Amino acid sequence: MVRAQLLAAGRTPVGAVAAGLLLAFLVLAVVAPPLWQDAADRVDTAAMLQGPSSRHWLGTDALGRDVLLRVLVATRFSIGLALAATLISVVLGLVFGTLPTVLPRPAGRLVVAGINLAIAFPGLLLALFFAAVFGVGARGAVLAIGIAGAPAFARLVHTMSASVAGRDYVAAARVAGVGRTRLIARHVLPNIGEPLVVNATLAAGGGLLAFAGLSFLGLGVQPPAYDWGRLLGEGLGRIYLNPAAALAPGVAVVLASVAFQLGGEAVAQAVGLRTPLPRPAGPAPTTTVDVAGTGPAPTSATADGGDAGPPTGGAPQRPVLAVEDLRVSFPTASRWVHPVDGVSVTVAPGESVGIVGESGSGKTLTALAAAGLVPGPGVVTAARLEVAGVRVLGRSERELRRLLGTSLAMVFQDPSSSLNPSMRVGRQLAEVATVHQGARRRAAWAQAVDRLRQVRVGAPERRARQYPHEFSGGMRQRAMIAMGLMGTPALVIADEPTTALDVTVQREVLRLLRRVQRDAGAALLLISHDITVVSQLCRRLLVMYAGRVVEDLPAAGLAHARHPYTRALVASVPDLDTDRERPLATIPGRPPEPVAGRTGCAFAPRCRYATGQCRTRDPHLVTRSDGHAVACWHPREDP
Amino acid sequence: MTPGYLLRRTVRLAVSLVVLVTAAFLMIHMVPGDPVRAALGMTASPEVVAARRESLGLNDPLAVQFATWLRGLATGDLGTSMVSGLPVAEIIAVRLPSTAVLALLAFVVVLAVAVPLGLAMAVLTRGGRRRGAELGFTSTSAAVAAVPEFLLGVGLIFVFGVTLGWLPVAGRGGPESYLLPVAALSAGPAVALARIVRVEALAVLGSDFVRTARAKRLPAWRVYGRHAFPNALTSTLTISGMLLSSMIVGTVLVEVVFAWPGLGRTFVESILAKDYPVVQAVVLLYGAIVLVVNLVVDLLLAVLDPRSTLPEA
Repeated sequence: MVRAQLLAAGRTPVGAVAAGLLLAFLVLAVVAPPLWQDAADRVDTAAMLQGPSSRHWLGTDALGRDVLLRVLVATRFSIGLALAATLISVVLGLVFGTLPTVLPRPAGRLVVAGINLAIAFPGLLLALFFAAVFGVGARGAVLAIGIAGAPAFARLVHTMSASVAGRDYVAAARVAGVGRTRLIARHVLPNIGEPLVVNATLAAGGGLLAFAGLSFLGLGVQPPAYDWGRLLGEGLGRIYLNPAAALAPGVAVVLASVAFQLGGEAVAQAVGLRTPLPRPAGPAPTTTVDVAGTGPAPTSATADGGDAGPPTGGAPQRPVLAVEDLRVSFPTASRWVHPVDGVSVTVAPGESVGIVGESGSGKTLTALAAAGLVPGPGVVTAARLEVAGVRVLGRSERELRRLLGTSLAMVFQDPSSSLNPSMRVGRQLAEVATVHQGARRRAAWAQAVDRLRQVRVGAPERRARQYPHEFSGGMRQRAMIAMGLMGTPALVIADEPTTALDVTVQREVLRLLRRVQRDAGAALLLISHDITVVSQLCRRLLVMYAGRVVEDLPAAGLAHARHPYTRALVASVPDLDTDRERPLATIPGRPPEPVAGRTGCAFAPRCRYATGQCRTRDPHLVTRSDGHAVACWHPREDP
Repeated sequence: MTPGYLLRRTVRLAVSLVVLVTAAFLMIHMVPGDPVRAALGMTASPEVVAARRESLGLNDPLAVQFATWLRGLATGDLGTSMVSGLPVAEIIAVRLPSTAVLALLAFVVVLAVAVPLGLAMAVLTRGGRRRGAELGFTSTSAAVAAVPEFLLGVGLIFVFGVTLGWLPVAGRGGPESYLLPVAALSAGPAVALARIVRVEALAVLGSDFVRTARAKRLPAWRVYGRHAFPNALTSTLTISGMLLSSMIVGTVLVEVVFAWPGLGRTFVESILAKDYPVVQAVVLLYGAIVLVVNLVVDLLLAVLDPRSTLPEA
């Protein structure tokens, strides 16, 4: 298995380069001394300190010896000493890293404290300290660099074995009465082998540099022996006479060190410790749909004319959110996927609309796209995408800031990560007023405190001065809602606002959302996987499945849902009448992956009414005269 | 920052200092054989060695020697050089300023280059944008970081001293004499830190609270300057503290390359000459500087990010 992994490592570009370099250095280390040792040591007083020539490609040193041959011959000594030092580091690291697990607790903690203390000092300082102790010379330098590198390995071994020791099979072995030493030998060490090999390879590269450094300082290899560091030190003094004598050993050191470090990286990738960068997929799907901003404006001139007037003041019945054929695409390694695939939503002023669906149905991305917040490589296209009468796509941040201002408020799922951890809550609220309304700091702060009071945060003056981590989960979410109230929102988009909260707090936040919507006259787009929550708070429901809206129905008519998926969702909600003797209703199967070019209804594989037609032809959303719309070839009509 | 954290952290510094002082003291006793014989060489007569041992107090019981060593530290008496006969404190006082100037200048350069560069690269390459620029940055910085400071110094000497003849390559003189040593010392840490800053900033740019800031439709400078970057720089601070420690010690090599009249060269010369009193004092000094830098970084961190003071799990 190890061999297979090494072969795999050799096949990556990095691995191939590393393997080639390492092989070259290995061959040099083996063949250079017997071939050229004598020639490299031959003193030629007639050719001292010459520059590069056809006879001496890199010139000669102070005794007329050939620099190139000396650099080649020094390969064995330089790499051998670095490997010896690395071996010492690894062995010491293994011993001290496993000691805390083997020793009784107080002694183990002492060892850990010692490791932590040693690791605080730079390796070079430790190496110099031990070089002074062990004395100048190759042996002393190997010991010094080996010991100086040990704390890093000890910590690595300790943290890794601590995490392995916490796993179930080790606990099971311990319960079975396996002794500590045996536990380490049989269970812990084999499981930390891979990262240890990777780090040892990387450390060998570092060891080469460290050894060259010590030898360069004169603390390592002593004449008449020589390694690259020694040659560098000798060459530097005469760099004006023959620069190659200083540069060549330097280049050799860097190349050899890079070879080891690349080798470590390649092995790390092969054993799965590091993931290579994903390759980008093909061109973005900008041409497939009519992109607002580049294509012809799909809406009337008055809708675009938001530039002229205040964005919120329009005709009363103009929708606050108008989305037609929205698509959100993400590149994967091989192609583009569409987690949102042709969604249309309209929200009238003051209306409350819910979007429900399983995770992965694209409901959150729909909300983010509406707010122009789709992250990273995602691409948003739509036939129409307007918020408060303002076309969102294809506009710059600056334009959106001016046109939209605070007319759209967002409440996100996880309030613990949605607030800036290093900024006082009050300031995070107040900056909305200072940025969008040009308010003075003091007035903005007063407004922030007032809004916190409005969402029933107790002692708002004190709370405003606190940081988010001093708030409870429910309070953070109320602060998020208060942040939306700093402006004059025409639309509040709440994305799973209660999912991350305690059940007891959920009701409170939902009630607050409803009150805010009523008081501010804002429309609400509530996104949730919980059909009960949505039907309590919203007049109208959109049911999403695999990136599409499959049903659009009044919340009151949930009992008369026509799409089999909606019915299954409703049936899976237990209530007080549910027979507790029977298992809860579930929807068999899993939601499909968002792939391009699917045929037929996405729900067909999980639908018990599916026919051949469902698997081959895509049902479109068809609206009945009462406004109830469903995308299904066989909608249920029975009550 | 809570008083409890301050106390805990100060106690840790004190314990570390005690260990360091003890290690520096024991060093001369860890040397195999007779350190005085090693220092004076095989040709020194036994009488001279015995006299020197006596004057260094090496014949006293270990506890007495340790007490003397501690008393000396408390009064600023760091002993006498076995080679020059000068008080060690005086040697350090003469040499330390050159090293301190070099290290601090290089550190300022590192911060001035790495932070803006890393943040700019993060903004440019966020969300998988500009793959080419990303690849160029990561590969160039990896290449620069792969060359250790003393080899970079040799390369700089070759290019700017030998080939172009623009800059002095040895000694401390006018402002131009600082350019090459500072560049050699700061280049590697600067690109290494820039890479870390970029990765940290990318993580923060993808975080929920930056999405919140965007949802508030704040101007870009405010999203980056107030919300993203301050949160990206806390871990940068931790890393830069470690970098400063290793740069202070890294001056040893750079000083030798550029014949810089600092403490690092004294350090190396003393090890070569087996001038143990000087080596002990210099090890102690470098170690203490490292410990104090670590303390300052932790305290700064505690002010910037109150969560960092929670005890490690």
